[in-house]
Amino acid sequence: MPRRIVIGIRGIGHRVIDSVWRLGYAARFFSLILLKSGTSMRRFGLIIRELYFTGVLTMVIILVSGLFVGMVLGLQGYETLQKFGAETAVGTLVALSLVRELGPVVAGLLFASRAGSAITAEIGLMKATEQLEAMGMMAVDPIARVVAPRFWAGVISMPLLAAMFSAMGVFGGYLVAVVLIGVDEGSFWSQMQSVVDFRFDIVNGIIKTCVFGVAITAIAVFEGYNAPPTAEGVSGATTRTVVTSALVILGLDFVLTSFMFRGVG
Amino acid sequence: MTTNPLVEIKDLNFSYDERAILKGINMTMPRGKVIAIMGGSGCGKTTLLRLIGGVVAPSSGYVKVDNQIVHELSRNKLFSLRRKMSMLFQFGALFTDLSVFDNVAFQMREHTDLPESVIRDLVFMKLHAVGLRGAHNLMPAELSGGMARRVALARSIALDPMLVMYDEPFAGLDPISLSVIGNLIRRLTDALGMTSILVTHDVHQSLKIVDYVYFISEGVIAAEGTPSEVRESVSPFVHQFIHSEVDGPVPFHYPAEKYATDLNLENRIA
Repeated sequence: MPRRIVIGIRGIGHRVIDSVWRLGYAARFFSLILLKSGTSMRRFGLIIRELYFTGVLTMVIILVSGLFVGMVLGLQGYETLQKFGAETAVGTLVALSLVRELGPVVAGLLFASRAGSAITAEIGLMKATEQLEAMGMMAVDPIARVVAPRFWAGVISMPLLAAMFSAMGVFGGYLVAVVLIGVDEGSFWSQMQSVVDFRFDIVNGIIKTCVFGVAITAIAVFEGYNAPPTAEGVSGATTRTVVTSALVILGLDFVLTSFMFRGVG
Repeated sequence: MTTNPLVEIKDLNFSYDERAILKGINMTMPRGKVIAIMGGSGCGKTTLLRLIGGVVAPSSGYVKVDNQIVHELSRNKLFSLRRKMSMLFQFGALFTDLSVFDNVAFQMREHTDLPESVIRDLVFMKLHAVGLRGAHNLMPAELSGGMARRVALARSIALDPMLVMYDEPFAGLDPISLSVIGNLIRRLTDALGMTSILVTHDVHQSLKIVDYVYFISEGVIAAEGTPSEVRESVSPFVHQFIHSEVDGPVPFHYPAEKYATDLNLENRIA
């Protein structure tokens, strides 16, 4: 019996040490990306190319989802608010939910599943087909040439995509509440304008999207670069990118929200 | 012209997770020659190339390339040494997001400030040397295995290296592509005055084109010599290898219990 306990404790110890080691390794990798970003900054064309793949190609899913989320918010908001005779506040409800929470979080989740997974799979496959090693043998650092441009492209595109998501959502809410149901257009927009605060709502939302952008892209490039060079390894890494990003987004969202909106009415 | 060898390997040992892969290897590779390293799959041939390229460090001993001990070089010095050598990977390892032209131009753009018009001419010259000038617009996914290997060969000679290493250049090729690649390796080595190290298990093709052969078996050099010497060799290992015999010093069976024990025959008889 005591032997089993010892083995059990040892197992826990191994897991803890392994996780801490992996966390430290990831931190080291992250600082390497920052250190070697000089090349990508000097040759901005490298980042622009990746911006197309991570940003532009993700736009369709972001815009369509934003529209539908906004439309659903308009419908649900109207249903509840009209019971209290406050249906003109539906604009405020749509805008606040989008700018503060849904914009950054849902856009982040979509970004992780569309762009994050693609980054991981691409870098993982480059590793599996020896392209990264070949680059190293040509005296070109793969972190500077492959990883850093993708990282910065993700960091730049995430806030822009979230902003588009929110804008499209507000438009969706407008379509349903004003055009379809017939809420007064003037009060829809004016209430939104007077209640949504630039500093507390919009800037805080932007901060969230930037933090999510760094987190998602860092996870995606890390998982891709460290994927075992097999089909199974790359598929596992891609799944891990999506799952870990989703958990990190939701966790970080709670932490950031509790700091940002503490005591704000 | 210097007479000292380009690559010198001395008492090289390499272990992976305490499993010895290479044990006490000594090799000398003179400039301007094509040298083959042969041996069965998994005998440590590719590891040897990685050691020469400085991708991994030896457990003991050293590899000297151009009078520099590779594993003692700083990262910057290693990278500047690597600019003078290149490696052809088993399946080409072409960058799949770049066209054939951009693949060959990759190193020129990364390491030189040459104007685009000069790069264009150089790339066409390299592609012409491997017979694929007409394919410069294709993407790697559109190439056959043999063509991809030829593009990779053009890319590896892009900056006129002093040393090119080939990891299984003949693997998975049809007989025509095989001769094409073999001839190209010999011709380019002679024309550019570089040194070629070939890791392969294709005996017939490589014996036609190389100057010297090393056989590695179980981490040690089992035999060495010029192609005509190894053809005449009486060493049982070399004989088995060159004549593709099923059984010999390299056994057909993976080490196992006695056959009778596994089939539980001994107990039944008793």
